[in-house]
Amino acid sequence: MPETILSIRNLTVFYRGLRGYVHAVDDVSLDVYRNEVLGIVGESGSGKSTLALTILRILPPTARIVRGSIIYRDPETGREYDLAKMPEREVAKIRWRKISYVPQAALNALNPTLKIVDHVLETARAHGFTDKKKVLEKAEYLFKMLRLDPKRVLNSYPHELSGGMKQRVTIALGMLLDPQVLILDEPTTALDVLTQRFILDLLKDLRKKIDITMIFITHDIAIEADLADRVAVMYAGKIMEVGDVFQIFKAPKHPYTQALIRSIPSLIGSVEEMRPIPGSPPDLVNPPPGCRFHPRCPYAEKGLCDTKEPPLIQLADGRLVACWLYAR
Amino acid sequence: MGSPPLIKVENLKIYFPIRRGLFGPRLYVKAVDGVTISIDVGEVLTLLGESGCGKTTLGKTIAGLYRPTAGRVLFMGKDVWSLPPREFMEYRRSVQIVHQDPYASLNPTKTVFQILSAPLKRWGIAYSREELIDKVSKLLELVGLTPPEDFLFKYPHQLSGGQRQRVVIARAISVNPKLVVADEPITMIDVSLRLGILDLMLELREKIGTAYLFITHDFGAARYFSAKGGGRIAVMYLGKIVEIGPAEDVIHYPQHPYTQTLISAVPVPDPEESRKKKPIQLRSLDIPSPVNPPSGCRFHDRCPFYIEGLCDKEEPPLVEVRPNHWVACWRAVKR
Repeated sequence: MPETILSIRNLTVFYRGLRGYVHAVDDVSLDVYRNEVLGIVGESGSGKSTLALTILRILPPTARIVRGSIIYRDPETGREYDLAKMPEREVAKIRWRKISYVPQAALNALNPTLKIVDHVLETARAHGFTDKKKVLEKAEYLFKMLRLDPKRVLNSYPHELSGGMKQRVTIALGMLLDPQVLILDEPTTALDVLTQRFILDLLKDLRKKIDITMIFITHDIAIEADLADRVAVMYAGKIMEVGDVFQIFKAPKHPYTQALIRSIPSLIGSVEEMRPIPGSPPDLVNPPPGCRFHPRCPYAEKGLCDTKEPPLIQLADGRLVACWLYAR
Repeated sequence: MGSPPLIKVENLKIYFPIRRGLFGPRLYVKAVDGVTISIDVGEVLTLLGESGCGKTTLGKTIAGLYRPTAGRVLFMGKDVWSLPPREFMEYRRSVQIVHQDPYASLNPTKTVFQILSAPLKRWGIAYSREELIDKVSKLLELVGLTPPEDFLFKYPHQLSGGQRQRVVIARAISVNPKLVVADEPITMIDVSLRLGILDLMLELREKIGTAYLFITHDFGAARYFSAKGGGRIAVMYLGKIVEIGPAEDVIHYPQHPYTQTLISAVPVPDPEESRKKKPIQLRSLDIPSPVNPPSGCRFHDRCPFYIEGLCDKEEPPLVEVRPNHWVACWRAVKR
């Protein structure tokens, strides 16, 4: 059995909205194994980013963790923590030091009035690392590993760097305190093809060199095919399917996973086999009853899929699927 | 001689002036720098390129929104910038644009009915309220927003991104354009709905015969749209067309080192295939500035196959290397 580093159980997170509660993450259970790359894929509104923000406990004030647990097992000490219930001052000791975060750099992740060197020092100081010399040494080491010129980049303001360089800076900042888990939220989305390829290759290279667990969140399922060991597919706040990357792409079980893969305009396969998913993503204030995908599902069965929610069950090949096709 | 193409641009240049400091030298961003391309009636052409390559500028120029610095834009064989005002407006009506962001391109204070009836009134297609409701309802049906009564009096914020983009497309086709310039129309749409928007555009071509200039940075989307529409893909780099040909031919047999490099780098939804890919390594990752583009072939300073003394000195011509498939690369020129 692989060693579990994060174990999410029955996690439910709502946002308070004008029309009612937005069911962003609803009864999600998911394990993250040590030193794997877990891909979380889903459309906008699937809850994938909320899940990341909940693990880090950096949710906006309108959000509330309704129930569930996020057990983090520190592999160094063997101690367990429930991130969903810990008080903020305790979470602050784990955030960034043990579990860190790489946001999409294009979305103003860096302060335009601060030089990169100040980003580095401030990040370290906020977590109690005040030895400037040591921090900068570490930053230089990381910058070199990410193929950034430390002297030039440290003395630059964000606007003086290209999109790819900024994204690499946010990766370096995320890794500054040697975290065990790195959560990357759409880190290549706004980048050009070649820059995206460069960053994906850097991440692959990185995991060969150091022990690190990565959770890679994206809407682009092709990126997961390239990078992830396992893939979790989310839809409307729910986990639909979790499995080994080869299983997921070679023989997807959930009708949503099947439809999602077919909806990718790709360079391989025949364009005649590619098609959109009919209907539109559901309203998360009033999610459909039963299986959330049933209004768009070609296999939906009246009286079952539209009334009862399918449980997430394990198939013989080890993967998890939430669909009545497999659950009876 | 057949009839002239719907749109032809000849040796088109669009330069934007910039100034470095108050008394600095006047410099130009050469967004489009010598492009010749034509679009036939009912044709599907995809303009593919990375950010900053000039694809949007070229699209806007074809729609008559920029005046060329040099070169000509011909509409049905006539230079649009020397047309009399009435004919110029007719050309502007015939070429409509769909922008990337369906949230920004619809007025949030107007209903779908108001948004769609404005161009009908402007161009004298319908006047009375009954006529307008009838025409707008037909447009909504055409773009798959059915039943139309459910959408007529909704405001943009009550629609999803995909529905909004359908309204934008309805507005573009409402005045019977001959060409729709669609600039990244699916980039901000949910992944599962993207192909639906492209399929809708292709369906409309069958129904009303519009041609498309589809502008995108997404290789998969370019392939899907052009291949399904039986059209071509043109690849742009630093203000120039470096390769143009039938969609599947460009994707499966790319001829320009730039196209080859990009295609080798795109992840594909198959773990075995994607991990087997050997991306071509460029000599430099950075795109040079369009203010001072490299001499000779603009790609020479990054190209792994460049020939010293040739590629950095002379600009390669576009030559036909496969049926209907043209490339601007010295390696393709028989010498």
